[in-house]
Amino acid sequence: MSTATQLEHVAEAARPTTPGTDRGTPATGVAVPGQAAPVRGEAHAVGRVDEVPPGEGRAFVAGGVQVAVFRLRDGSLHATQAACPHAGGPLADGQTDVDVLVCPLHLFAYRWRDGASTSGAAPIRVYPVHESGGEIVVEV
Amino acid sequence: MTVLGGRPTGLTSLHLDDELDLRARLVVVGNGMAGARLVEEVLERGGAEQFRITVLGDEPHGNYNRIMLSPVLAGESHEDDIVLNSHDWYADNGVLLRAGVRATRIDTAAKQVHADDGSVVPYDHLVLATGSYSFIPPMTGVRREDGALLPGVFGFRTIDETRALLEATGRCRRAVVMGGGLLGLEAARALQGHGLQVELVHAMPYLMNAQLDAEAGAILKKSVESLGIGVHLDVLATEVLGTEHVEGVVLKDGRRLDCDLLVVAAGVRPHTDVAVLSGLEVERGIVVDDQLRTDDPDVYAIGECAQHRGSVYGLVQPAWEHARVLADVLTGADPDAEYHGSRTATKLKVAGVDVATMGVNTPERDDDEFLVISEPKRGVHLSVVIRDDVLVGATLLGDTRKVAYLTQAFDRGAPLPEERIRLLVDLSDGAEEVGVAEMPADSQVCNCNGVSKGDICGAVAGGCGSVGAVMDATRAGKGCGSCKSLVKQIVEWAADGELTEDPAASYYVPGIPLAKPELVAAIRERDLRSVSAVFAALAPGGQDDAKSKMGLTSLLKMVWGVDFVPEKDGEFINDRVHANIQRDGTFSVVPQMKGGVTTPAQLRRIAEVAEKYEVPMVKVTGGQRIDLLGVRKEDLPAVWDDLGMPSGYAYGKSFRTVKTCVGSDFCRFGLGDSTQLGIDLETRFQGIESPAKMKLAVVGCPRNCAEAYVKDVGVVAVGNGKWEVYVGGAAGATVRKGDLLATVDSPQEVLRLTGRFLQYYRENANWLERTYDFVPRVGLERIRSVLLEDSEGIVAQLDANMQKSVDAYTDPWGQDGKEPATPGQFRTSLPLVALPKVPVR
Ligand SMILES: Cc1cc2nc3c(=O)[nH]c(=O)nc-3n(C[C@H](O)[C@H](O)[C@H](O)COP(=O)(O)OP(=O)(O)OC[C@H]3O[C@@H](n4cnc5c(N)ncnc54)[C@H](O)[C@@H]3O)c2cc1C
Ligand code: HEM
Ligand code: SF4
Ligand code: FES
Repeated sequence: MSTATQLEHVAEAARPTTPGTDRGTPATGVAVPGQAAPVRGEAHAVGRVDEVPPGEGRAFVAGGVQVAVFRLRDGSLHATQAACPHAGGPLADGQTDVDVLVCPLHLFAYRWRDGASTSGAAPIRVYPVHESGGEIVVEV
Repeated sequence: MTVLGGRPTGLTSLHLDDELDLRARLVVVGNGMAGARLVEEVLERGGAEQFRITVLGDEPHGNYNRIMLSPVLAGESHEDDIVLNSHDWYADNGVLLRAGVRATRIDTAAKQVHADDGSVVPYDHLVLATGSYSFIPPMTGVRREDGALLPGVFGFRTIDETRALLEATGRCRRAVVMGGGLLGLEAARALQGHGLQVELVHAMPYLMNAQLDAEAGAILKKSVESLGIGVHLDVLATEVLGTEHVEGVVLKDGRRLDCDLLVVAAGVRPHTDVAVLSGLEVERGIVVDDQLRTDDPDVYAIGECAQHRGSVYGLVQPAWEHARVLADVLTGADPDAEYHGSRTATKLKVAGVDVATMGVNTPERDDDEFLVISEPKRGVHLSVVIRDDVLVGATLLGDTRKVAYLTQAFDRGAPLPEERIRLLVDLSDGAEEVGVAEMPADSQVCNCNGVSKGDICGAVAGGCGSVGAVMDATRAGKGCGSCKSLVKQIVEWAADGELTEDPAASYYVPGIPLAKPELVAAIRERDLRSVSAVFAALAPGGQDDAKSKMGLTSLLKMVWGVDFVPEKDGEFINDRVHANIQRDGTFSVVPQMKGGVTTPAQLRRIAEVAEKYEVPMVKVTGGQRIDLLGVRKEDLPAVWDDLGMPSGYAYGKSFRTVKTCVGSDFCRFGLGDSTQLGIDLETRFQGIESPAKMKLAVVGCPRNCAEAYVKDVGVVAVGNGKWEVYVGGAAGATVRKGDLLATVDSPQEVLRLTGRFLQYYRENANWLERTYDFVPRVGLERIRSVLLEDSEGIVAQLDANMQKSVDAYTDPWGQDGKEPATPGQFRTSLPLVALPKVPVR
């Protein structure tokens, strides 16, 4: 990705680290159920906003942590851990509305606001995310 | 002749020297279902230590399941599959089986059995289990001078008779079956299935008179006749024609029925000749006491040959009870064990019709309560007899869903519901039989998501005030959905009236406060062509709702066809990537295989793709095609490209598959080209979205090899170019036989009617409501009048709407495979996890 130049104003942001789709990328993030580690506070630019179609989610890697980033139809951005705390489901493949994210595997719903599950399951980790010059910046 | 359950020649079993063996000699005469079961029961109680067991059996075979002779005759079971105890079994268990040896006389004083091969077998305990034989009523000409049956005349009791009958079906064209009881009906149906023209002659005024009442018998008659079997009631056959071979029968009223095969199933008589000759007390059967003992203290009788407290039974269940009690007595496991008679409850399938009976079938006393539900049109007749608040009899014909419940009430004398009608009908259809109050807390309610009654009560206690809230909190009812009504009942019970009315219950999707008709009207009126447009216009505050999106997408596609404006976020992941998501985030890929028919070239391509992409498992699906499981999301486009086959839509709430059997092209029973019709159906309706899955099947005859009776739409060839169309069947977590919508005359008619039904369902069913709920909800009569008689004048519109959907079909794999519909459509969603994680086979 040739976007590093646009990032001067987010000095602390590291380079995009989202790998391609090759097999065998080492698993260092949440591969198994459970809530992801607490936010450390490092910001990473992970990709361009238009890589995430409206209403959908896409997964990225930010500083060795896999995150799911969502762009709602109202334009807001949200980032969560990529694997569902229930059974590791791919949250980026879930469905969204203004309040919640619904995991595709067993349809647990999680609130954007605090990551809590509306179905009584363990919460997900939500990460601060914002747009900066067309880039998505996630703090992990 | 092959011996059923026999051993290879040359094998012998070792036996201890008689002199050295101190065990008592237990001899069993009769190697049928009762005799062999007794031996099993004795061995189970450690009887091998106490007894040297010898079994004399007239039939040369091992013990086989006599009940299964009907399916063997029908060609549905193979005789090898009905062996219960082979010769090897006897040898392995140290039991001496003398098969093909008939006992002729018992010397009770010397305690010896004399056999027809001249041998003499001494005993300490003797058990007679000689069963019954087919009764051949006196008819002129039925026997030849030597006493043997006229060639072409058969009983139906043993495997040898069954083999002879099967062999005769190849040569014979017209059969007469004497006897309209269970056996006669089964024989008639089996012979008819072999292509013979069958006439059934019954001496009584209605069929199965031993089990049914006149009204039920009359309904059964209609069902039997609709199979194409002629039924002649209330008439005796008096004469059998033919000298070398049977040529026909003459009935008492003078009519003559030509035939080249005569099956006599006019009842059975207990085999009592040996007992009579030996001086034992015999009335209708060999008389026994509560310990199955005859009037000789060391001789017992069990099974159909025994008469206990005046009753002689003709079913296996009493025979097994006899065996159990006698084994207790003989082995001393329970020396005081007693048999007090059997309450026989039978559940049978006669000539394709379900029948269950227990106890009496008509009221016998003035104050007996008698409740009857009779629906001759559907072939259903249900009745119960209640005496002093206890169920004393029930007869179910054509619909045996309540049999388990009634059997319990009958066996245990359980209390009966105030409203007697609940004995026969589930007023809340599909509800659990056991009251929710009595269910243990740990009993599982939602099998898909493992939710117990306790979990549901916990959610209610935790503050969930509506059924919807409980389902959200526990996910109960969110799998296949078949437990929803039970969940509702439990919630209502647990909330004990505290329940808030769930306003959303009538909404098509939870996020838009409109029922389906109003929703569709609003969509059309306001020209809403995308999911986001619907939310903006119709949702409270214009708010979108994740759980409504999939249902709206499906509905909009149906309403707008090609004019629908797709939005990927309105789709479930399966529809976004046209594959079925698996537990680890990989996908399963099912290429279309119309009617379950494939080619070597297709198979080769599938195999190559499976190898190239290291597919963890290749599996044949329940829908007659091939599933490649565990494909990585990012590989999907390449997989489709290499396959070069269209999508099978195994992931959508949509038309799925048409299963077929090989039908008339190959099958010797086939009455219609089911394969071609299945392919045509799938070609026409491929990929069409709907409120829930639509799974179809077409079979070439009522043997139903591709399970058409339990499909959303099932089509059955019934001969003479006719096809039956069933709707609303299911064989998932809910099992329901489809209702016959109509019988039509051509494959074109089937296509037209199927399209009409599917469109009517698409337009009127609730989101995720399968046809098995939809059809009973709307009612078969209503569906018939709308679709067949056009009572609402909408048939032309239905046809046109369906045509629009058919025209809008495009293969999604071909489309998105070339160019992704959205950026990153096929990008991995777990970038740091090495997939697949599913096991590789
Ligand atoms: C086609 C068919 C379908 C049926 N369907 C059902 C059903 O759906 N449900 C149900 O409950 N029941 C059914 N029955 C009845 C059931 O098969 C009998 O109730 C059961 O077999 C009785 O067992 P049994 O051991 O008393 O007699 P059998 O099984 O008849 O065994 C008696 C054996 O003793 C042998 N024998 C007789 N005399 C002698 C002798 N002197 N010496 C040596 N051996 C001798 C006979 O050859 C026979 O092998 C059906 C029967 C038939 C024929
Ligand atoms: C997430 C869970 C499930 C998945 C991924 C799944 C997947 C599938 C697939 C891919 C097929 C083959 C369909 C085809 O060839 O078109 C199939 C068939 C079938 N499934 Fe499932 N299924 C699931 C749950 C269930 C449940 C819960 C039930 C029962 C309640 C069920 C009952 C059936 C039946 C009866 C068939 C055979 C269909 C036929 O004969 O046409 N499945 N399933
Ligand atoms: S259902 Fe089809 S395959 Fe099965 S017996 Fe009938 S014609 Fe043959
Ligand atoms: S893995 Fe997400 S809900 Fe089960």
